Amino acid sequence: MLSLVLLALVGIFWLLLGDQIFGIGALQSMAFQLPELGILSLAMMVTLLSGGLNLSIIATANLCALTMAWVLTTHVPGAHGLMWGGWQVIALLAGVAVAATIGLINGFVIAYLGVSPILATLGTMTMCKGLSIGMTRGNVISGFPEPIVFLGNGTLLGVPVALLIFLALCVPMAVLLNKSPFGHKVYMIGSSEKATRYSGVDTKRVLLGVYVLSSLLAFVAALVMMARFNSANAAYGESYLLVTILAAVLGGVDPFGGFGKVGGLIMALILLQVISSAFNLLDFSPFLTLAIWGALIIAVTALGVVLENFGASRR
Amino acid sequence: MLSATPRPALAPALLRFRRSHEFWLLAVILALSLALSLATDSFLTLQNLFDLLTSNAFVGILASGLLVVLIAGGIDISFTATASVAQYVALTIGIRHGLGWFALFALAGAVGVLCGLINAIFITKLRISSIIVSIATLNIFYGLLIVATGGKYITSLPKFFRDGISWFEHDDANGVPYALNLQILVLVLAFVAAWLLLNRTNVGRQIYALGGNKDAAQRLGFHVLRLNILVYGYLGFVAGIASLVQAQLAQSVTPTVLVGKELDVLAAVVLGGASLTGGVGTVFGAILGVALLAILQNGLVLVGVSSYWNQWFVGLTILCAVSITAWSDRRRRAAKAIN
Repeated sequence: MLSLVLLALVGIFWLLLGDQIFGIGALQSMAFQLPELGILSLAMMVTLLSGGLNLSIIATANLCALTMAWVLTTHVPGAHGLMWGGWQVIALLAGVAVAATIGLINGFVIAYLGVSPILATLGTMTMCKGLSIGMTRGNVISGFPEPIVFLGNGTLLGVPVALLIFLALCVPMAVLLNKSPFGHKVYMIGSSEKATRYSGVDTKRVLLGVYVLSSLLAFVAALVMMARFNSANAAYGESYLLVTILAAVLGGVDPFGGFGKVGGLIMALILLQVISSAFNLLDFSPFLTLAIWGALIIAVTALGVVLENFGASRR
Repeated sequence: MLSATPRPALAPALLRFRRSHEFWLLAVILALSLALSLATDSFLTLQNLFDLLTSNAFVGILASGLLVVLIAGGIDISFTATASVAQYVALTIGIRHGLGWFALFALAGAVGVLCGLINAIFITKLRISSIIVSIATLNIFYGLLIVATGGKYITSLPKFFRDGISWFEHDDANGVPYALNLQILVLVLAFVAAWLLLNRTNVGRQIYALGGNKDAAQRLGFHVLRLNILVYGYLGFVAGIASLVQAQLAQSVTPTVLVGKELDVLAAVVLGGASLTGGVGTVFGAILGVALLAILQNGLVLVGVSSYWNQWFVGLTILCAVSITAWSDRRRRAAKAIN
């Protein structure tokens, strides 16, 4: 059904804007913007599937980005060489370490202490953001080596590298979620944690894995984001937080857990991006885009309820 | 079990209080306050306490409304957008037509109720989780407000509004005047209203029942849509009132300044012991939750910690508080299961 909505919108925008929206330039700019929100939405989606929520993804991404930015700007020597490359790898590893730590904290508090995911991640979100602000005093760290910047702004055969990273994440994520034992356990926990536990699954360990995975995805988002802006800050991308939930739910992920596919999420992301780009070309305010995104999710759900009632009454 | 002597007769209520979430929260707040009064001269002054109440009134008023929604088993994070819309509409119309206090508050409250009504209808009729609906409506209300207003400030507020109220004015020994201002007055009224609604009305019991077990409440014949309209409408109304209190304090209307504070309010209410699964929470707890965060941030500034570190401490407090609560709940349940 989402694809029908998308097709209809594409048709309308094509009539309104002609080739402007589907020219090479417009498509490329869409391809540059989509990956950030896309990767963050994947991070949100994993936790939604398990029946949880991760409000700390943006704060995690910013803390990772700042850690990496700090290593990159203080340790990478100016001259190209072994150390030059080595420190960049160390920077990435530092980012991974930060992300993993936050994921472990979230997972431990949620799975082993039994705190509700909204509250636990609200706490870590505030803490991570507080740490970022405290360390940087709200300042921006900028100026990274070319290989890092390339990840956010470069293209391979005309395709933005960031989009390639996003797609390269989607495939293993889809396989992991739908073809692996871990993925099946995540969906089962999302449907009923109790039943899954009684059927002999160590639900706590799986949940710990879910939140670490979510954090690691936030790390990749951090990399793409800092590369694109060539800078890092405690407050980048905050408006994305609630939008990632919208994108996931629009893509068919059940907010109560248990249902949803990576393909649906990608569809929803393209839909949101087309709307945003078209409105941009039509010179509408970006805040109108925000309102339309909100209205869209209510409209799609309402349509679902109406169709369901219609189907039930016909039967 | 282990205690051999029987408890005295007066004890049950006190004992229950000693085991409650509020008791521990109160103990932490008192310890923190004591430490701050010993460490600084400025904490335990009338001046500082007035400032604390005034500057935290907005969060406190909203907390009293959000508490009602949480107890009913829902969640709403669109209230900051509701407040922004109510503020803008009420003061725009108010300035054009020269409205007074009562009309301004009535108008802001009405706009708030309308937004709450929209939330309630979507949440009940679409059967999707209230957090998703309110994220959507947050974006809708806020997006449309900014589009309609172009994000422009209103700074030329009427004189009576800028002056606010100052009842029972009183000068202390140094000639510093104190008065009951609009912020403190509405803050107190909001908590009293929430307490009356939850503890002294039939509807209040129904709200607890709905949050405790929705299916059971429905089978008992409770009208879920009507109750949802009431709680989300109430939060909307409270948000409308709070928005004017905030505008009076800020002496201006800025449409972009309120959105983003919703999770702060949620944190305060949850610290106070309200559960996200519904049916649990008290007004006293919410007051303590707001107070703890307010005193913590105030204390850090007074002790001389750079305000850049504020959020880190707040986050740490939230994480510790929710972890300890969950852990002790779990232990209590485990103990029950063994017995």
